[in-house]
Amino acid sequence: MADLTYSQSPSKGSFGKLILRWILYILLALFALYYLMPLFVMVTTSLKSLEEIRTGSLIALPREITFDAWKTAWSGACTGIQCEGLQPYFWNSVLLAVPAVALSTLIGALNGYVIAQWQFRGANLIFSLMLFGCFIPFQVVLLPMARLLGMMGLAGSIPGLVFVHVIYGIGFTTLFFRNYYVSIPAELVKAAKVDGANFFRIFWSIFLPLSLPIIVVTVIWQFTQIWNDFLFGVSFSQAGTQPITVALNNIVNSTTGVKEYNVDMAAAIIAALPTLFVYVFAGKYFIRGLTAGSVKG
Amino acid sequence: MTEWLENQLPKMVLAPSFIAVLVFVYGFIGWTAWVSLTRSKLLPKYELKGFVQYDKLFASPRWDTAFGNLFTFGILFIVIAMVLGLVLAIMLDQKIRVEGAIRTIYLYPMALSMIVTGTAWKWILNPGLGIEATVRGWGFENFSFDWVVNPDFAIYTIVIAAVWQSSGFVMALFLAGLRSVDEEIIKAAQVDGIPTWRIYSSIIIPSMAPIFLSAFIVLAHLAIKSFDLVIALTGGGPGYSTDLPATYMYAMAFSRGDIGQAASSAMVMMAVVFTIVVPYLYSELRAKNHG
Amino acid sequence: MAQVELNNVNKSFAHVDVIRNVNLEINKGEFVVFVGPSGCGKSTLLRLIAGLETLTSGEIVIADRPVMDLPPSERGIAMVFQSYALYPHMSVFHNMAFSLSLNKVPKAEIKERVENAARILQMEHLLDRRPAALSGGQRQRVAIGRAIVRNPDVFLFDEPLSNLDAALRHDTRVEIAKLHKQLGATTIYVTHDQVEAMTLADKIVVLKDGEVMQVGAPMELFNQPDNEFVASFLGSPKMNFFEGTLADVSGETASFAGEGLNVQGVRLVSKNKTAGASVKLGIRPQHLTLDPSGSLKGEITLVERLGTETVVELSTSSGTSFRFASPESPDLEVGQTVAFSFEAERAHLF
Repeated sequence: MADLTYSQSPSKGSFGKLILRWILYILLALFALYYLMPLFVMVTTSLKSLEEIRTGSLIALPREITFDAWKTAWSGACTGIQCEGLQPYFWNSVLLAVPAVALSTLIGALNGYVIAQWQFRGANLIFSLMLFGCFIPFQVVLLPMARLLGMMGLAGSIPGLVFVHVIYGIGFTTLFFRNYYVSIPAELVKAAKVDGANFFRIFWSIFLPLSLPIIVVTVIWQFTQIWNDFLFGVSFSQAGTQPITVALNNIVNSTTGVKEYNVDMAAAIIAALPTLFVYVFAGKYFIRGLTAGSVKG
Repeated sequence: MTEWLENQLPKMVLAPSFIAVLVFVYGFIGWTAWVSLTRSKLLPKYELKGFVQYDKLFASPRWDTAFGNLFTFGILFIVIAMVLGLVLAIMLDQKIRVEGAIRTIYLYPMALSMIVTGTAWKWILNPGLGIEATVRGWGFENFSFDWVVNPDFAIYTIVIAAVWQSSGFVMALFLAGLRSVDEEIIKAAQVDGIPTWRIYSSIIIPSMAPIFLSAFIVLAHLAIKSFDLVIALTGGGPGYSTDLPATYMYAMAFSRGDIGQAASSAMVMMAVVFTIVVPYLYSELRAKNHG
Repeated sequence: MAQVELNNVNKSFAHVDVIRNVNLEINKGEFVVFVGPSGCGKSTLLRLIAGLETLTSGEIVIADRPVMDLPPSERGIAMVFQSYALYPHMSVFHNMAFSLSLNKVPKAEIKERVENAARILQMEHLLDRRPAALSGGQRQRVAIGRAIVRNPDVFLFDEPLSNLDAALRHDTRVEIAKLHKQLGATTIYVTHDQVEAMTLADKIVVLKDGEVMQVGAPMELFNQPDNEFVASFLGSPKMNFFEGTLADVSGETASFAGEGLNVQGVRLVSKNKTAGASVKLGIRPQHLTLDPSGSLKGEITLVERLGTETVVELSTSSGTSFRFASPESPDLEVGQTVAFSFEAERAHLF
């Protein structure tokens, strides 16, 4: 956008401008503090001993840094009756997220390819139906899905959760790829047909190599969604197969023994680390996914 | 023959997803709608009994609280997040030196799980050791900030945490919108001597109407689906004071064993989403087909 | 021996006939241009030949093989697209090699054929580049190279110059003409630009609303148009038309009276018309001569001096507007009334 702070000659206006500028920066800094404060409190609390938490202040830096809480959170905290920490659930989430992300991305890419480049009658209707599927409150499918997973023998299993995440992820992944592929000129497909490439060959040799940016966006979006999911996790898992969000909630809300706030905070950070990591290192694609997922079209 | 097969391939590729959506979205909605009209308890029954579940639902004080909370929470959350997002976007649009870093800071909560957000805020809002204790420690002995354990105010703590999580995202949406306004229009306005605040209020912001709509839809959708945040922050408590339809539905389905109530509450949620999203999607798809 | 034959070709989209009963023969080595206004079906006809659209009815024969049931890649054609349609992630070399490698042509032969095509098009130095690093004209050449490599029976060009700027369009047009002389390949070329059609074609096919209006050599179409549409479509500025009545029909010629004119011995195009019928007299602006004793009079409304040519717009006393074009720069001004004569053999009756 244009420069709204157009500079005029340094006359009487410039002093007022300077003050405004300072106020602007101070406000921005205060908001930055507001957004950072919870993360700061989480980190400092996780590094304090319980004793220090009770006697010290919420926002004080730890007097003595200890990683005990992290150790407990990773391998000793109790999620109900078991006390193995987050570790097994972390790996559950990995085992869940990797296949679910890969499958839903692949299916979305193929669907988007068909809808964008191989239009047939009814394709737009199918796309609209899929799009609407992105918006339903999942509560409305929880009960029948629980019964179906039971009938398929997948109740409380990780493959069952993978299945659920793939099914309800297809809408978004299709949307991402479709919107990306419509911007690829239709003549490219025609040229490839003349060159002798068939449906899958065109996908594999032409569209996939062009898709790297949208694959990154989709993978990040799906990974964040699936890693952070709680509703499906808590509804369709059982002791031993729970994803990390469910385990974290169990640790925090377990009523046995003394409340170990430092362990809660360390556990919360562990649960958040993978998605935070993705955000920090691929923020550009993360934001693109967010805005693409919300600004339809 | 191979030619025929090649022509059918696109349909065959799309077919499994289409069937999956038909069954797992529309079929399941149908199943839930059906069961919401029965006397199902622990196990589903398929004999239709009319609107008994809905009568029971709307007579339930717990649902009353949950449904009311949805509007208190939803309206506050949407309005605050939108206003905050817009203000932040406009401030960041003033050629700020470290814009990239600030944007990163404002937006990172969106990468967190609601459970993590809830856990963090639960700790911060905890009266015994959190903000209340800290401010008292500074010497303000009478300072009180016990919303999270106060049935009348606990719902507002959900708003605080939800706004913290989502306002950065609204900011990113609005910032993208501000930057997509045609530069020539703004230049023309500057040449005409229109003051900066008027350029924003009369030109830029009105031209972002579609983005307001998108932001509203996304936030409304988040509000209706809010479940994890309540579970992690207040667990629906104290009492039922922070129940939302989503937590009510879950409690009925998985702890109370009342499938009929769960189904009917899910259908009401569906209806709320429907009234918001369908006109939006309809206009979007129409615009696309005509564009 | 016809290289491409279209017999009763029809195509309809959702009950709209886009191509109606087209019959056409294209000889080996011929450069044929499909020309017509947008929406006339010329691109659809090309895509039908390419196999990118399926026929509703009719027959297409390429190099003596009916090709209706063959996919594009097996029809012996190669195509150059309007947007060039280069594969953005492949180098120029791989763009050109893609079809060959799909056909499992040995690597050494691929290399030889691509390099040979690159030499013909003088772009050997571009082979390692990606399309994004090329100028519009270079991309155009790669697209042509991709077609040459396939060594097809027929080259198909779909408005290949419309994405280039005016100067480049001219240069590329000349290059395509040279290339055709060099390779002698059968070519079908679609354009809406009559200059491209006139300069490139051995044979022009004029289309309107999915129907062939006329087929013939460029000058044949220019001098003896079969109908009013062809007459007005080719030539710039457009042919002038005057309304009047037909008289003295005698075989090929007839007389015309109207707009103060009385002309004998004019070529009668609409053969089914008889004396007394209302007709239009067509005469090209270039074929009018300033002549104070001429019977065609008009008041000047606009004078455009283009340097190479002067175009004058006039209006008759009955309000019919017409144009006069001259390579000279006559001393004429707006408001003046001038008179013209013309040779009857250069006029047409529609």
